[in-house]
Amino acid sequence: MKTKLTASVVSQEALTKDIFSMWIQADEIAKEAVPGQFLSVYTKDKSRILPRPISLCEVDRERGRLRLVYRIAGAGTREFSACQAGDPIEILGPLGNGFPLEAAKGRRAFLIGGGIGIPPMLELAKRLPGEKTAVLGYRDEQFLRGDLERYAKVYVATEDGSDGTKGNVLDAIREQGLQADVMYACGPTPMLRALKAYAQENGVECWLSLEERMACGVGACLACVCQSTEVDGHSHVHNKRICKDGPVFAAEEVTL
Amino acid sequence: MNTKVTVAGVELKNPVMTASGTFGSGAEYSEFVDLSRLGAVVTKGVANVPWPGNPTPRVAEVYGGMLNAIGLQNPGIDVFVKRDIPFLRQFDTKIIVNVCGKTTEDYLEVVERLGDEPVDLLEINISCPNVKEGGIAFGQDPKAVETITREVKRYARQPVIMKLSPNVTDITVMAKAAEAGGADALSLINTLTGMKIDINRRTFALANRTGGFSGPAVKPVAVRMVYQTAHAVRIPVIGMGGISTAEDAIEFLMAGATAVSVGTANFFNPYATVEIADGIRQFMAERGVEDIHELIGCVE
Repeated sequence: MKTKLTASVVSQEALTKDIFSMWIQADEIAKEAVPGQFLSVYTKDKSRILPRPISLCEVDRERGRLRLVYRIAGAGTREFSACQAGDPIEILGPLGNGFPLEAAKGRRAFLIGGGIGIPPMLELAKRLPGEKTAVLGYRDEQFLRGDLERYAKVYVATEDGSDGTKGNVLDAIREQGLQADVMYACGPTPMLRALKAYAQENGVECWLSLEERMACGVGACLACVCQSTEVDGHSHVHNKRICKDGPVFAAEEVTL
Repeated sequence: MNTKVTVAGVELKNPVMTASGTFGSGAEYSEFVDLSRLGAVVTKGVANVPWPGNPTPRVAEVYGGMLNAIGLQNPGIDVFVKRDIPFLRQFDTKIIVNVCGKTTEDYLEVVERLGDEPVDLLEINISCPNVKEGGIAFGQDPKAVETITREVKRYARQPVIMKLSPNVTDITVMAKAAEAGGADALSLINTLTGMKIDINRRTFALANRTGGFSGPAVKPVAVRMVYQTAHAVRIPVIGMGGISTAEDAIEFLMAGATAVSVGTANFFNPYATVEIADGIRQFMAERGVEDIHELIGCVE
């Protein structure tokens, strides 16, 4: 069940100059959260009224904790990055639908993350059965690579060529001759568009996690729609709600 | 203690309603609040056919509020009647259907279709700033307001609320025009037209360029317009614009609103509607107010 509650910050750590990792104590949400879902996180400064949607990077069910890895994109996320252990933080979740784990049963899976699309791949890697290959695209500074290496074979692409394949995640897949039967991806739209085309050409089942500006986070306001191939169940047009119908979609479900 | 109010002959158990477009048809927020605790649910605007709405980004945050340009995405009256009305009927609350259209005929088609449906009131949206045709085009000219009100009243089987735009020089002119056209009640304010520039991308924050400004920051404008309108017409006024607490709602009641709507606050507090209804009762209890009518319009 979706709940809005005041969680408590357990720890805060800078992973790069603008990417932070925050563990929060939120027992009720941790009990049921699955990889691919997200939280609405609220700022303390009430001049910023809208929640920030942030994907779940890790879920620690035993200890009732959630890990958020996020980029400072503005004043709201900057406020989050200043939170210290013991600070209260307002959240609503778990929101949206997770990645379909059963699709990877007995199959080789790609976990592909670009930039701030990398964090949801970590909990996914932990829960996914079978053979896992993670392909991570960075601009320059790397983060979460070590965490992912514990659960998957990791390949890296960097835009500046500082490590791994110079270029993007598809360049790394091609250069390394990587193969999989099912693909899970999160990252910038151009990356997702290219991966969708790659998956179609190569007969790979493809699941994409999308992002859009949101307001309510629960499917009521119709702000965060994406173009869907089929008529959607809510408004009977071609607009699926990323927050409610997604954020994970089968690639053929959406037009990017 | 009495918290019941009557709008156009329809009795609400309390004056708290939802603002159109912020609450869908109630399904999503029914996971957070018991809709039977609300005076009424006002649905998102429904047209004669499905509308796809505007391109994204459709929302942007601004200081103390937000801009939206959803563009009235809705499933059309057929799906609405089959799915949303039966859903809402499960709850002990009044149903107010917000009606939108591009032409007068569009509005009338929806109003006529709703004639035999178990809905309590109609709210006619002549004030949406985010669609090119219809919407606000009807709401900024007093002659057009009066004409469309009169047309709608000819076809409507339920009492009619006209929802007014604040994007006018004198709100009382529009209010009086709607009253002259036969409106049973008025609701205001719809959103204020705004714009935000994304200075990093050097472009508009919204794909639609402009959007409707709502949220706590607009409240003083809304209270002023509700006060002016309540003093200019004899029909009931439903007040909205930035209400996020019981204290905000009480300001509107004191300014002359018979009922209030909670809109943008749902986005940052999904429990806002019920908390406001409870908060009004608490305010009355603490001050020995026996009847909510002692508050309505008490500021002359």
